[in-house]
Amino acid sequence: MSVAPDTEAAGRAGEAAPDAPLLSVRDLHVSYRTGSGPIPAVRGVSFDLAAGETLGLAGESGCGKSTLAGAIMRLLPKGTKVTGEVLLGGEDVLEMKPGRLRAVRWTDMAIVFQGALHTLNPVQRVGRQIGEALELHPGEGGGRRRVPDRVGELLELVGLPARRAEDYPHQLSGGQRQRVLIALALACDPRLLVADEPTTALDVMVQAQVLRLLRDLQATFGLAVLFITHDLSTLAAVCRRLAVMYAGRIVEDGPSGDVFASPAHPYTRALAAAFPVIGDPAFRMNPSGLAGDPPDPRDLPSGCPFHPRCPDVRPVCSRAAVELWPAGRGRQAACVRVLDGEPPLVAAGAAGAGTLGAVGPDGAAGPDGAAVPDGAAGPDGAAGPDAAVDSDDAGPPAP
Amino acid sequence: MTAADAPLLDLRDIEVRFPARHGTVARAVDGVSLSVRAGEVLALVGESGCGKTTLARTILGLERPRAGEVRFRGERVRYDARALRRYRREVQMVFQDPTGALNARQTVYEAVAEGLRIQKVEGDEEQLVAAALARSGLRPPERFFGLYPYEISGGQRQRVVIAGAMVLEPELLVADEPVSSLDASVRGEILQLMLGLVRETGVAILVVTHDLGLAWNIADRVAVMYLGRIVEQGTTEELLSSPRHPYTRALLSVVPEANHRDPQILAGEAPDPTRIPSGCRFHPRCPVVASGEAERMGIEARCRGEDLALESVPGAAAGSAHVAACHAVHAPGRVEAAEARARAEAAALPDAQARAAEAEARATEAEAEARAAEARATEA
Repeated sequence: MSVAPDTEAAGRAGEAAPDAPLLSVRDLHVSYRTGSGPIPAVRGVSFDLAAGETLGLAGESGCGKSTLAGAIMRLLPKGTKVTGEVLLGGEDVLEMKPGRLRAVRWTDMAIVFQGALHTLNPVQRVGRQIGEALELHPGEGGGRRRVPDRVGELLELVGLPARRAEDYPHQLSGGQRQRVLIALALACDPRLLVADEPTTALDVMVQAQVLRLLRDLQATFGLAVLFITHDLSTLAAVCRRLAVMYAGRIVEDGPSGDVFASPAHPYTRALAAAFPVIGDPAFRMNPSGLAGDPPDPRDLPSGCPFHPRCPDVRPVCSRAAVELWPAGRGRQAACVRVLDGEPPLVAAGAAGAGTLGAVGPDGAAGPDGAAVPDGAAGPDGAAGPDAAVDSDDAGPPAP
Repeated sequence: MTAADAPLLDLRDIEVRFPARHGTVARAVDGVSLSVRAGEVLALVGESGCGKTTLARTILGLERPRAGEVRFRGERVRYDARALRRYRREVQMVFQDPTGALNARQTVYEAVAEGLRIQKVEGDEEQLVAAALARSGLRPPERFFGLYPYEISGGQRQRVVIAGAMVLEPELLVADEPVSSLDASVRGEILQLMLGLVRETGVAILVVTHDLGLAWNIADRVAVMYLGRIVEQGTTEELLSSPRHPYTRALLSVVPEANHRDPQILAGEAPDPTRIPSGCRFHPRCPVVASGEAERMGIEARCRGEDLALESVPGAAAGSAHVAACHAVHAPGRVEAAEARARAEAAALPDAQARAAEAEARATEAEAEARAAEARATEA
């Protein structure tokens, strides 16, 4: 792991370490704090994203995918406990001071949310909203030209006429508003774009337009895109790599075509079958779903958290300590079916709801907070990190 | 036609208009004839703003057509309060967003029982509610009676909405995007439920959607709507396996799939019902016109200036009800020629590949022979 340059003068995070992946998420845990105890929404997620690459992240509501996006952007509510590392160009976003974070957001990483109507200010012209982002970050795209010119340029980049800058959000259609949000996100030439369900509320034709736009931008500017949605077929069409989340963890990842065509995890298989291949007799008059609901993160099933809903469940699944195992070329899956032999079992003493088998190699660094997400308030409160707003411990030894 | 063999629902030349900005008029539904037979699933497909939701509301009597008529079991629907209430016992609606459709302060039991009370249905209310919940897959039903919408999942909420509609044992269910706000895993479950209800109770379903995959999953027939008109209609197999209207083709081509061939992305969004173009209303976005194909076929002037109705597509099987409203489809001999060309090209492709593979195999063989000869020579 590269050493993070810890100065604000380090410039753009993306330029700090040319060989490292642009984004490297290491053993990320996120736990929301509520009146009825912590809710462990993300429970140890690691992945890399290279410059110019598109990674699709799939999963149902409540699987933790939006929490993951929020953690990467540091947009989660105050008091949420985040541990692990989010290395952007080698620099840990979770360790950034507020000033540095403000500088990095928009210019290095930007996010596009679902529901453009609620994200844009209804009483401000859309051009003004984009201009504001440019003025707040002079020198990054904005300083080079007059702001109105750059706004027009950005709108044209996303396929809107520059004169639309004069419109208010309500004068634009859903697809046009979504384009404005993308223009806003691209205003300061970010390296990383996090797109959280950017097309979910849109019509098929508009969705196709927005997807093509994202693909073009990624190809033209080498933009890295983390694309989040529950629609596996969209991800398979847009992303080269695919990761599937369930109950706060990645349960399968690999090249998107392979994962979509021959899923290794039964959960992935269910998601892939949910959207039929039109013309394929197997789907004709035969919709395919998945019974049951995602588990309550505070009360996860023992062993493999998917086992109560799994169509291929085996007796060992309720006791297996599942983790991501190799599952073919460039692929991993957290399912006992990809193992040749018997899976490791959950330690007898640790059995019980919410227990994770392996803590992982970093476990020693933060046994207090990271390992047992819902294990009572005791260890959590006693260890001290709870005072921290964001992650302050649990990372590797600081440089 | 007698009432007995009439379609369950029959729409004839329906027009619905709304006043719009600056004194203009939106022709939301602009002459639609459509029928639904007992026990069938019909998918009404189109983009936002094509008028499909207005048409659904018209079927329910929530909008009154300015022209045309809605017939149910052969009888014209009347709009006085008593007749409408009776009608709505037979025709029920399921909306897109179950969270919005349910009253947050009403329990599951109350939500399902409401229709029974409005319709003053006789019988044991609790038993009817329990049966409807169970049939919608909420078992045991008693466990759900006292729960509030926020206490159940999105999929369960949609099941409650469906139970509330089915408790009246309607003949027709009109479902507006019933799964578009649901998770992928739940989507299939709800579609399975709808298909099961058709099989078990014989209810017919008109499902309004922009999702062609949904149509492939559950619909017997598909009608494609564009700017207030049906532009193509047929059995699901006909329509999705050999779509004829360029709009249907475009819609089908943008369904996300892993190995996509050439999505035909139409510029802009569904155009404005206050300004319906002359001629074929699709012509400003039509790829056949834009590519110059229409001009080559000698029909461009008609595309731009001549409105047209649905007609049987040429080459459809005998007795087929596959219809489309497109000058290019009906231009005599033209489309067949174009299609024959496309078929020839498609056929040539694997051919060429096979030839290439053969050539490669020959090359490899020759190489192996050469190596063997070399080896022999060395030995010698």
